[in-house]
Amino acid sequence: MESVLQLADVSKSYSGKLALKQVSLTIKPGKIIGLLGSNGSGKSTLMKIATGLIQPASGTVKVGGVPVGIETRAVTSFMPDQPLSEPWMRVEDAIDFYRDFYADFDSAKADEMLAFMKLGKKDRVSSLSKGMSERLQLTLTLSRNAKLYLLDEPIGGVDPVARAKILDAIVNYYSEESSLMVSTHLVRDIERIFDEVVFLKEGEIVLHDEVENIRLAHGKSVDEMFKEVFGE
Amino acid sequence: MSIEFDNNLPIYLQIMNYIKKEIIIGNLKAGDKIPAVRELALELQINPNTIQRTFQELEREQIVETRRGLGRYVTSEESKIMDIKKEMAGELLGRFIQGMQELGYKEKDIITIVSDAVQEKDKAKG
Repeated sequence: MESVLQLADVSKSYSGKLALKQVSLTIKPGKIIGLLGSNGSGKSTLMKIATGLIQPASGTVKVGGVPVGIETRAVTSFMPDQPLSEPWMRVEDAIDFYRDFYADFDSAKADEMLAFMKLGKKDRVSSLSKGMSERLQLTLTLSRNAKLYLLDEPIGGVDPVARAKILDAIVNYYSEESSLMVSTHLVRDIERIFDEVVFLKEGEIVLHDEVENIRLAHGKSVDEMFKEVFGE
Repeated sequence: MSIEFDNNLPIYLQIMNYIKKEIIIGNLKAGDKIPAVRELALELQINPNTIQRTFQELEREQIVETRRGLGRYVTSEESKIMDIKKEMAGELLGRFIQGMQELGYKEKDIITIVSDAVQEKDKAKG
């Protein structure tokens, strides 16, 4: 089967410290993947490399079989852990910005998602609460008809109500032909929406399995498995 | 529909058991349409592929059938529904007997305990 994302022997270091150590990973289409690890385990680095925002020191990265570059950026939708919109913007400006920037932006989908998220077009981006701001970022990211969606910590620091809404939106609006990777360290709240999980520890993949396999083979939740692997 | 999930067990098995129970107690009747994958995924906040797998397993067990272009339906064979009931009762019974044996009860004692408990319950009902 064709892979949506493929990393082979990818390494990256920041000022001498290895952030990713020979990471190899293949993601198939139609999957929701949890990229799980504690802070500083390399999750954001991996996502930025897949997006093409930073270059690996060694190894190859392909999206839809094509080496990461201009062509793959057009089909990769990345939600960084910091908002991309500017403080002067209203919600509609942020939407326009994305529409102008990305050819695959789907305005009808954006309108539908805004309503679902209870976001007003005239709302000021700078006055949005943390939870509403995450909802907007998710709307912008998922409104593109991309092949690969990468969400960096979409539920970090938001209350349980906003979290549930964000999970609903992910289940509702991701498309089956694409794949979606979500990084988080909040495993318990989100593990039911995953097909597979990847445990990243100190820059290395220590586990990659289907979540139902983990439950069946170990009689454990992904959350318990996570605590076991990352516990100190 | 609402299910309290246990994350320690495969989710698809829990949804399968839930749907089977709904059929046995008659909330879902023979020939009823069952929800679409997306609809149920959203309602339960579960990965759509997990729901898909649930339905495939139910189809494999011939509890659910797909009608081309129309969706999925509960089997219209009443005998199949009786089978599920027997099967689920069998599982419960198996677990119970095993648990009692682990506590050291012999077969005869188990039967006595069960029949006493059933009589007690009848009396309590008055």
